[in-house]
Amino acid sequence: MNYPAIQLTHLDNLWFQVSGTLCNIACTHCFNNSGPNVRTFGFLSLETVREEIEAAARSGVKEIFFTGGEPFLHPEFLDMIALSLERAPTTVLTNGMLIDDRLADRLAEIERSARYSLEIRVSLDGHTEEMNDAIRGRGVFRQAMAAVARLSRRGLLPLVTVVRTWSDEEELATLAGFVRTLREAGYTRPRIKVLPSLPLGRELERASIISTDTLLTEEDLKEYDRELLMCSNSRLVTDRGVWVCPLLVEKSDARLGATLQDASATYELRHNACVTCYQYGTICGNVSSLIEGPASVADSGNGKAP
Amino acid sequence: MTRLALFGGIYNNYRALEAALEDARRRKVDAVYCLGDLGAFGPYPDRVYPLLRSHEVQCIQGNYDNSLAGGLADCQCGYTDPRDNHFARISYSYTFKNTSEENKAWLRTLPMSLRLETGGRRVLLCHGSPRKINEFLWESTSPDSFLEYLLAEFDADIICVTHTGIKWHRTLAGGRHFINVGVLGRPENDGNIPVWYAVLAIEDGRVEVEFVPVPYDWQGLAADMRAESLPEEFIETVTTGWWTTCLEVLPHKERARGRF
Repeated sequence: MNYPAIQLTHLDNLWFQVSGTLCNIACTHCFNNSGPNVRTFGFLSLETVREEIEAAARSGVKEIFFTGGEPFLHPEFLDMIALSLERAPTTVLTNGMLIDDRLADRLAEIERSARYSLEIRVSLDGHTEEMNDAIRGRGVFRQAMAAVARLSRRGLLPLVTVVRTWSDEEELATLAGFVRTLREAGYTRPRIKVLPSLPLGRELERASIISTDTLLTEEDLKEYDRELLMCSNSRLVTDRGVWVCPLLVEKSDARLGATLQDASATYELRHNACVTCYQYGTICGNVSSLIEGPASVADSGNGKAP
Repeated sequence: MTRLALFGGIYNNYRALEAALEDARRRKVDAVYCLGDLGAFGPYPDRVYPLLRSHEVQCIQGNYDNSLAGGLADCQCGYTDPRDNHFARISYSYTFKNTSEENKAWLRTLPMSLRLETGGRRVLLCHGSPRKINEFLWESTSPDSFLEYLLAEFDADIICVTHTGIKWHRTLAGGRHFINVGVLGRPENDGNIPVWYAVLAIEDGRVEVEFVPVPYDWQGLAADMRAESLPEEFIETVTTGWWTTCLEVLPHKERARGRF
């Protein structure tokens, strides 16, 4: 079979799997199977992060993202954020569990002195304790909400990131629930980003996904803006090499090289998860989105006059 | 010395356009450029066109103009939030309905970008970014490295863009410049009423950028918008200087500076 091939147009988005797959919780929908004692991927060194940021800056990088696992488990993570912000706007994906008052103070200080934006994305998968903790684990709701409140009190406006685990009929009520809960916690102008669930990792079991056979074809990509696909503009640095995107980190064919310099190869879309990226476009980008559902090719572009 | 007046995002605000053109005339600039997005947000779209023509403003297409010219279903503003898109649809269908066929045909004749050579500097004018008509280049998310890449990739010493609605200017290595010229259509989300344009002065390779505030009859604009039944949310922005819609595309720093 011929898979559609996507070229790296330009490295806009540089990702770091900074804490590997090590996490202090184990969500039932985790797409890369992160959790306590999961060491499929390990910590990145400050030196590797520095070198790859410098390399990416030389080629004109636009944004830098840190993910895991839980990035704040890394003992040198604050230094990494600070050095990243010297070069580019920076986004941190966190579960918020470790954001106490001291850490929130430090983040606010770093943000204030930075030229570029620092985005802190705090994951939350339910607007009630019951809904959230069923996915993210017991006690997580309270701690994540406390983190959101701590950050917003300090003028940091966290982007609350929610994986869509509800049905279309529940959409409006659910989103309204998130807004209400966040406002009640003192976050007066909540920013919310809804992400699609990914047919990968533990989510396969949680959502009872039976088939992952569907793949993208050349036909699907006709008249489609390929720049919406992460593989056209992103790379992920891990302690085991550089991957094409953060989603496919458990797929060995998605490892493109040892360093960024040798990871610019064209990538063939061989995975079912590529369909999710295709349907939802900029899922990992920094535009806050409340996803309305997959857009078909016909809806996504140049229709006729209103 | 060459002095160019530059603005974008008129968003149907013919009153601010008139005031800006008058200001630029008083300053005796050598030429006036509009970087696109003639329509959106404000009232009476067709009032903008005669002003642009009579003042010989050289225009390029923004995403809005490209949509109107091509009869597209939406404004290609690049929003992804449903509330933002709701308001974008209101202004796009209003502007579509109230822009004459003649003016839509004129939009089709506009170039997507313009290149100038002046005072020994290569200047590139475009709407969002040189690589994409609706790319948002905010000050806090446009790192030096990325801007230098664009300048090199597109063979320019100075690149001027608009699209985001908030002005900024960065001086880069080698005396190169990147300028977001701001917009005339609505204030900058800082609680101030005036809108902005830019004057770019070039002499013997030396570059100066001045941002000019444009006071205009905003009460008149608000009254026009009410008469046309445009959303109160839009009118509030005109009368307070704070954005009430299209907020979700703002990066952290720009969002934190606003009220909403």
